[in-house]
Amino acid sequence: MAQTDKKTIILFSGDLDKVLAAFVIANGAAAMGDDVTMFFTFWGLNALRRDQKPATPGKSPLQRMFAAMMPRGPEKLTMSHMNFAGAGPVLMKRMMRHNHVLSIDEMIATAKEQDIKMIACTMSMDVMGLRADELIDGLEFAGVATYLGEADEANVNLFI
Amino acid sequence: MTITLEELRDVTVAAVVDARGTSCPGPILAAKKGIPGVASGAVMEVMATDSGTLKDLPAWCKKMGHEFLGVIEEPGYLRLFLRKV
Repeated sequence: MAQTDKKTIILFSGDLDKVLAAFVIANGAAAMGDDVTMFFTFWGLNALRRDQKPATPGKSPLQRMFAAMMPRGPEKLTMSHMNFAGAGPVLMKRMMRHNHVLSIDEMIATAKEQDIKMIACTMSMDVMGLRADELIDGLEFAGVATYLGEADEANVNLFI
Repeated sequence: MTITLEELRDVTVAAVVDARGTSCPGPILAAKKGIPGVASGAVMEVMATDSGTLKDLPAWCKKMGHEFLGVIEEPGYLRLFLRKV
């Protein structure tokens, strides 16, 4: 009979290729009937940013600088290799489309459809000056204990 | 248990899921979406073009508890069959 396991994935990286790999594994595991929790921390949070810049009163100059320098959402992510000053991601996305691989936006939508739990790390949000309203809807906000609690129940745990 | 190709061609298919043109993990996502509409004991066919599906759908079946029956390789795509448990 079908057995429901649990997988946890920490997405630390904000590299386009690694974010893609994380969402392929997450969506694949959910398709196989598993509960999946993704924990987004540090650069991985950039994959969850909205492309529209919301008003963010009260941010420090340093936080504003961080927010301005980091990629705003999946379309802006760079690659871990062969980035070529932005040409790499353009070519990668073209090849993904050619091979009918879902875009990261579509991967995120599929993850939501499959009830994958997406948790944004509040500590890294604070460090990087990211507010909840700068990130997409449907996230939970928590810290390391929540992630560890989830990982205790999982039989696979990945750090990407 | 995999059945013979002749038996596979004669099998009564209750539902067909067309995952052609999708890439990993598209075919197993399609299988997941299709399976609730199939009665227990009935056969579902998954059409796919991603060659990884040859290994992935049997793995999905094993995990989900369904019986993978086999595959018919048509020119340009695969027809994979499974029986819902």
